[in-house]
Amino acid sequence: MPVYELKTPISVEEIRKLKVNDIVYITGIMVTARDAAHRRMLELHSKGESLPVDLNGGVIYHCGPIVSKVDDHWKIVAAGPTTSTRMEIYEADVIKKFNVRVIIGKGGMGPKTTEAMKKFGAVYTAFTGGAAVLAAKAIKKVVEVHWLDLGIPEALWVLEVEKFGPLTVAIDSHGNNLYASVKEEASKNAINIYRKLGLE
Amino acid sequence: MKDLIENVATKLLELAVIYLPEDVKEALRKAAEDEPSEVGRTQLKAILENIRLAEKTKTPICQDTGTIIFYVEAGSEFKGLKHIREALVNATKKATQTVPLRPNAVNPFTGKNSGDNTGKYIPYIHWEIVEGDSLKLTAFPKGGGSENTCFCKMLSPGEGLNGLKKLLIDHIIAVGGMPCPPIIIGIGIGGGSDIAMKIAKKALLKPIGERNPDKEIAKLELELLEAVNMTGIGPMGLGGKYTALDVHIDYAHRHPASFPVAIATQCWAARRATAVIHSDGSVEFITHKVEW
Repeated sequence: MPVYELKTPISVEEIRKLKVNDIVYITGIMVTARDAAHRRMLELHSKGESLPVDLNGGVIYHCGPIVSKVDDHWKIVAAGPTTSTRMEIYEADVIKKFNVRVIIGKGGMGPKTTEAMKKFGAVYTAFTGGAAVLAAKAIKKVVEVHWLDLGIPEALWVLEVEKFGPLTVAIDSHGNNLYASVKEEASKNAINIYRKLGLE
Repeated sequence: MKDLIENVATKLLELAVIYLPEDVKEALRKAAEDEPSEVGRTQLKAILENIRLAEKTKTPICQDTGTIIFYVEAGSEFKGLKHIREALVNATKKATQTVPLRPNAVNPFTGKNSGDNTGKYIPYIHWEIVEGDSLKLTAFPKGGGSENTCFCKMLSPGEGLNGLKKLLIDHIIAVGGMPCPPIIIGIGIGGGSDIAMKIAKKALLKPIGERNPDKEIAKLELELLEAVNMTGIGPMGLGGKYTALDVHIDYAHRHPASFPVAIATQCWAARRATAVIHSDGSVEFITHKVEW
């Protein structure tokens, strides 16, 4: 299985090389964003205002971390991914308007995001759900934080990361969605399972 | 006695969120060795590495340290019954600060987070009065991702166990990676809607590999585990064999007109910690090795 190391900012060409099941590690800058942050990004854009961070060629991480503050410095204690489906209603627009190249989360996303990734050149990668300490280990420092008024989990945490991963490409920029194909396969398997359980 | 209960409960919360019980770790290790899917193996290896790092750095395994739930088996002769509730609430507040736990108690009407993991009915305490003079306490912090995939359905008695089997398989496929597989599945049958879910959840406290003492039910547990692991959903829903680590079933006698079934799902980070406090003040930790 191919393994890629990507450095931010990431180009469309690099993204197009990736296929579902590939493994990716990311070095550079990534920004956490959950529901409320996605909503605010799009509100600011529609008002013609700019974001406090440049997401061009960037990485968004669906994550609400546990943080601690030591002598005025923020430290990320645990930072596993949150369920990405909640961001489905925003993500296609966020990719289109801010040229985001990589979304990191868990549980996968839907057809609207898959379509936007194909059209604009982006991928969705899965980080192991619950692996919060492994994630925190790859986070070298908190560069800055914005929108703390949304609460600590919902704020935009701008993080410097080194070899953040392993990330599995689960939606590529060619229209393939690993979660959808796993579920499709499972539905086919169900027929045999029913039979084995004496249901037909 | 109040301070002792509070200190033991605080310790149980800390143990639960940082150190998985040995049976869960062993099941995950075996799954990682046996998983045929490469993507699935990548997930399981990341899970094992995360467990190792959490123990090494004494950090919660997952940033979602759950809704705080306690199971209490209180001996009727236990000296300190009246202190238990207050001690468990205090322990929850204290552990939120010291471990730390993520504040996860939100008022559904105002949206306000209480900030200390306590609130109306929370921490939730399941009470059972038993014979004797000791107090058995289990801390069960329950993560939100796998809670969102728990459900109860009132089948008709005609659908019965076959109805349950189909429901389970369809549900596991429908939720895919959402409950963070490989999961543990608790199934409660009968009683009523609330009773079915209560016993389904309680079944999640059983160690992995422990079979129901009723041979027929034990057979059904293994049959359903095998069936769930034929779906191909796999670790984190990315495809593979290990969708579940175990299935535990419990039942209650049902009303003739009803066939309630509850499916409780627990993520791979199956956190639980149990200790027994005796009336003489001595403490035994059951799930974890602790010097006290």
